[in-house]
Order: sequence, then C-alpha cells, then structure tokens
Amino acid sequence: MKLFGLIWANLFRKKTRTLLTLLSLISAFLLFGLLQAVSNAFSAGADFVGASRLITQARVSFTQSLPMRQLTQIESVPGVAAVSFQQWFGGIYQDPRNFFAQFAVDPDRLFAVYPEWKLSDEEKQRFRTIKASAIVGSQLAKKFGWKVGDQVPLESTIWPTQDGNKTWTFEVAGIFGGIDADWESRANLMYLNFGYFDEERQFGRGGAGTFSIRLKDTDKASSVAAAIDSIFENSPDETKTQTEKDFNIGFFKQIGDIGLLVNYVLFAVFFTILLVVGNTMAQSVRERIPELAVMKTLGFTDFTVLMMVLSEAFLICALGALIGMGFAASLLVVASKSLQLPLAPGDATLWLQALATAFALSVAVGVLPAWRARTLKIVDALAGR
Amino acid sequence: MLSALNQIAAITVANLRTVPSRLGISLVIVIGLAGVVAVLTSLMAMSNGLSLTLLATGKQDRVVMLRASSQAELNSVLARADIDIAKQAPGIAKDADGNAIASAELLIITELVPKGQSKGGVNVSLRGVEQSAFVLRPEVRIVAGQRFKPGLREVIVGKKAQSQFAGLDLGAVVRFRGADWKIVGVFESGDAHESELWVDVDTAQTSFGRPNSYSALIAQLQSESAFDTMKAALAADPRMKVDLERERSYYSAQTEQSTRGIKFLTALVSVIMGFGALFSALNTMYSAVSTRTKEIATLRAIGFGGLPVMVSVLAESMLLALLGGLLGAVIAYALFNGYTISTLGAGFTQVAFSFAVSPQLVAIGLILSLCIGFLGGLLPALSAARTNIPTALRAG
Repeated sequence: MKLFGLIWANLFRKKTRTLLTLLSLISAFLLFGLLQAVSNAFSAGADFVGASRLITQARVSFTQSLPMRQLTQIESVPGVAAVSFQQWFGGIYQDPRNFFAQFAVDPDRLFAVYPEWKLSDEEKQRFRTIKASAIVGSQLAKKFGWKVGDQVPLESTIWPTQDGNKTWTFEVAGIFGGIDADWESRANLMYLNFGYFDEERQFGRGGAGTFSIRLKDTDKASSVAAAIDSIFENSPDETKTQTEKDFNIGFFKQIGDIGLLVNYVLFAVFFTILLVVGNTMAQSVRERIPELAVMKTLGFTDFTVLMMVLSEAFLICALGALIGMGFAASLLVVASKSLQLPLAPGDATLWLQALATAFALSVAVGVLPAWRARTLKIVDALAGR
Repeated sequence: MLSALNQIAAITVANLRTVPSRLGISLVIVIGLAGVVAVLTSLMAMSNGLSLTLLATGKQDRVVMLRASSQAELNSVLARADIDIAKQAPGIAKDADGNAIASAELLIITELVPKGQSKGGVNVSLRGVEQSAFVLRPEVRIVAGQRFKPGLREVIVGKKAQSQFAGLDLGAVVRFRGADWKIVGVFESGDAHESELWVDVDTAQTSFGRPNSYSALIAQLQSESAFDTMKAALAADPRMKVDLERERSYYSAQTEQSTRGIKFLTALVSVIMGFGALFSALNTMYSAVSTRTKEIATLRAIGFGGLPVMVSVLAESMLLALLGGLLGAVIAYALFNGYTISTLGAGFTQVAFSFAVSPQLVAIGLILSLCIGFLGGLLPALSAARTNIPTALRAG
C-alpha cells in the first residue's frame, strides 16, 4: 500500500495517453452498465415472484380463456391453498401510449392468492359491493392522479358491452399498495370487478382467463402442477401449469434472447478494449524498462515489480469502471423514470458484475507487461539491450 | 502547389511503408474499428431484416376489416353476419363467378417450442383462412406438400415458422386442444405470414370453440381508390361497428412499433462504442506519432512542409480505419447475413425474419469508421505538423 503513490504517479506519467485510455474504458463500462441493466431487468422480473404460486393457462396459449368450471376442479387438487383467476381486459385509457395492464378478478380470491397486495378492509368492501368498480395500484394512481371515487373510462380493445359499445366506466373503489418496496414499485396495474364485467360483456361469458394458485407447500409445486394438468388432459381445454416464475420467464423469452444479444455486443466491446488497454500497458512498461531496472537494483523484488504493474492495470480499469458505471447509473435513473421500466441503477449485482469484469480485464491486459517487468535482467535493461 | 502535392505523396508513401514495423499498434485501430462496425452493422441488419419482412406484408389495394377500436386482429371479434354484409360492400373485387375476393379469417394464438429449447412455448399465429385466401394472396406459394382440405384438421406451415419452431416437419402431427392436426404442406410468402400456421377457418372455429366467430376480413379492392367507397359504405351501415384499414398501413403501423426498440438500442450502442473507438484511435495515433517524432523532425529539417506531414498522418489513420471498417463489414456479413431469428411482433405472436446486410448498411458502417479515423488522426496530425524540430532531434 505504501507504493500506491508511486503507482498513481506512474499512471499519469503520460497524461494524454492515460486520459484517452480512461475514456475508452469509461465508454466500455457505460455500455456494460446500460446493457447489463436491461438484461438483468428481463431476468429479475421473473426472479421476483419466487415459486410460491402456480399459473394455469390454456395449453394452446395463455390468450385462450379457460372455462370457469375448472375452478372447483383445481380447488379440489390436494396441495392447493387458494385459487384466483384473471381475465385480460385490454383497455386503453385516453391514449394507447398510456398502456397499463387490467385484469378482471374476483376480489376475495385475488387477496387470498396475492396477500402481497395491501388494501384497507373498507376499500376491499367497496370493491366487492360496487358493481362497476376497480382498484388501482398506487403507482398508477399517482401517475394519473386518480382518487377513490373517480370514474375511469376505459376503451376495451377486445370486449364490447351488451349494447355493442366498447367504452366501459369503472369507479375507483380503492388504491392498493405492496407489502414491501419491491411490490410497491410493481403496483402499476388495475383490477376490475369480474362479476360486473362478466355480466356486461357481449361474448365469452363464463371464461375465467388464467388461474393463479397459491400452494400449501411450495416444495410440491411440480407435483401439484402435474396433477392439475392431468385432470384436463385430452379435453378441449387442456391446461399448462407452471410456476409463476417460469410463466414470467416464458413471457420475456417471447421478445427474444435479450441476454444473448447483450453478450454478443459486450463481447465485441471488451475484446476491443482489451487490445487498446493491453497495448497501452505494454507501451508504458516498455518505456519504463530502465526505471524498473533501477528499482530492482535498489532491492525491489521481482514480485513487487510484477504486482506494481498489475496494480497499475487494475487501478486504471477500476477507475474506468467506476466512472462508466456512475454515468450508466445516472442515465438509468432518468431512463427508468421516463420509460417506466424497472431498471435498477443501484443494483448491487450490477456493480459486482462490473467489478468482476474490471478485475478480469486488468489481469488480461496486465499479465504480459507485468511478466516482462518481473523477468527483465537488470544488466541488459540498464545497458539498453 | 505541385511541389506540395509531390511532398504529400512522397511522405505519405514513405509513412505507410513503415506501418508494418508498427504492426501491433496499427492493429489496435483496425481491430477496434472492426469491432464497432461489426456490431453496428449487425444491429442495423437486424432492424433492417425485421423492417423488410414487415413492410413486405400487406398491399395497398387490400383491406383489413376489424371490429371497431380493436387495433389488432388478436383483439377483434366479428360475427358471421358482419362478414356477410361486408362481402357485399361496394369496392370489393369479384372473381369470374361473381364471388367477392375476400377471406374471413380467425386468428388463434398457439404455443410452440422454439428449436433448440426443451421447454417453454412462444406465441405463434394459427390463422384460419377461407380457400379464397390463396386467390387473395397470390404471394403465398406451396413449396412442399399441398393445401389443407376444408373440413379436415390439416395444417400448412410457413417456411420461416418451420425453420424456427420444433415439430413442424411435413407429415408430422401437432396437437391443439386435445386433437391431432396433420401438417400437409409448407408455404412461402416472403412476408410476416411465413411465420404462421394456416388451417381451414371453419375447422378452426369448431376445433377451438369459436363457432361463427372471426377476427378479420381481408379483401381485395377493385382498385386502390375503391378504399374510400368501401369505407364510406361500411360507415353508413348502422349494423356495422367496424374499422377498415388498408392492409399496407395496418402492417406498417406495426413495423414502427416493432423496430423502435432495436433502433433505439442500435443508436445507443453505436454512439457509445463510436466514442470508445475514437478515444482508442486518438491514443493509437498519438503513440504512432510519438514513436516517429525523430523521423518527422528529420523530414521537417530537410525541407518537408507541415501540411504534408499532417496529411500523411491523417492518411495513415484513415487507411487503417477503412481497413477496420471493411473487416467489420465482412465479419457482420459472414456471421449474420441471412441469420434467422424471431421476436414478438405487434400482433403478440412471433415474427421470424432474417438479418439483411445491405450495401447501404455497409456504407454507413464505413462512413462511421472513416469519420472516427479522421477525427482520431486529426489532433495527432496537428501535433506532428507543429513538431519543434531542434527539440525533437535532440531528444533520445
């Protein structure tokens, strides 16, 4: 550690070169931070829910509605604690760009299966009793300035009412939040009173959508899933039951393999940066050979010289990573606000990934120059051979 | 003037001859820019390929009729009565027997497993069509097997769907809703429909529990201008609550939506990588100039001007950049041209498309790389031209 001053000074012996190398590194880590955050967001969305619930969908596709009569059959499967169902509504509030999800649900069943949502008993009661009512997530209420008692008109892209109209109006019966910060941040959807919706829709009545199942014992997830699917096998309404996590992973996979794409790009970026920084390090050590020889003459060991060069490489890589990631984090804060994406800028995983990458990079670029510094012969080096 | 040109030529040639002796450092520019151009070109080729596929879908003289404010076929539900009325609307082209050239279609989403994955399905469109769909869409050609027969559970699959999803070989059987469907044909259409599975619409209605229900009516207009006639007629009919759109504009709206993400990603990645490469190029050219300080000073001492020296440095950096750009384009072409992937289209189902590395994209990549080469060489070139001759000659 007492050599830190020397390493630091060496780093800046050629200011322009160090600055340019640093800027290349910053670009690389800025890109790393942004892309990796997107990639992590895609997998984290799935990780978040855990394996405590199952989702039963139509085997054909989750867009195909399952019949309500399956509800009691699923409830009777051993290991099932509670069952709820949700029908996609596909409504537009004022403008298609205001996209948010709406599901028609049974109020009591919803809270039995999703205890993570928080709503006062009074509001729950209102949601049950007011026919054309809905509850909205706190994030959504904040965004659109909705209060309890507001009438929200939604233009459904799918469901016409009995009179062929596609505009539905729901009264906000309550505003729900989450039990912790994670759930709170995901309270950006709307639940509609299913009873009213089912009565009013022109077609598709008796369709439940998909089922959500809370398990008595999460370890039994796969056997319960298999038991449910076997009930409906070879019927016109075959089901596919999987954990909520797998369901979400499947949902994201639809978009394509984002992780693979990100890896390709980052591979190209870091391969290039490896060459650039590696070359700079090699040159900087080459220029310093007489100095290093003098140091060795003074009694610095081979190992100390090796570590000095490696530390120098690590220092510049870590510095670049830190600044690049700092930029990425501040950009992500802006992006997640304006795009409403769950990009976590302060995510510890992301920073650990960056640190690991910086370390690997510094070893890769430093190892050859460091070895050269270690093995140089004092006599040859001083003689300029 | 002539002498200045002669000087430039002489000094540039002399300079480039020494590049091999600085091979390692020169390679940094070449490979660095190859990386940038390869990534940029590949990403653009991806977005280009998706655009080409989606833009090829839909004709100006065909229309899509959906239930009012449905936005997409997936959401739309039309009854048989709506179809019957619409087929009589003025403006629709008729065949020799006087029947409307139109196909009432039912779009159903199914799940198939992508090739190379063991579990987890993705949404794939299963389109129930009338036999007239083949008259309506002459671009659809059966390339293997035959068409499905009405009333039978037979499927024809798009060539791209076949290449992307497992279990779609000719003669194979797929299971939907507890029933077996036989794959009897493979079709090509060169557009987004090639990612779909097609079946008889009546069979689809009964098998999927959607009796007398359709998603859309696709119809051939008598001429492009007949659109307004048909639209006005349907709007005036109190029984009809439908939206009518030209097929072309229906799909191009989807194109914009689907390519927005990729375009944003491409722009972001290219800007940041471009800056990174610029700094590397600057770094490399500064070192190139600094190793040649003495040589440059000598040239200046024997009478070469500052401008020729500057031009020679710029020429070196741009030539290396050009090499890098070409290498990058070759890498992108070799790895990705024609590479087929699929993503979630606007219709909430998979659209398979192939990367298309076009000459324009290669040109964009080369221009970017030359710009970086120019900017990266400029400052070092200036400092080379301003070399203080006595100091430089004395040094080292």
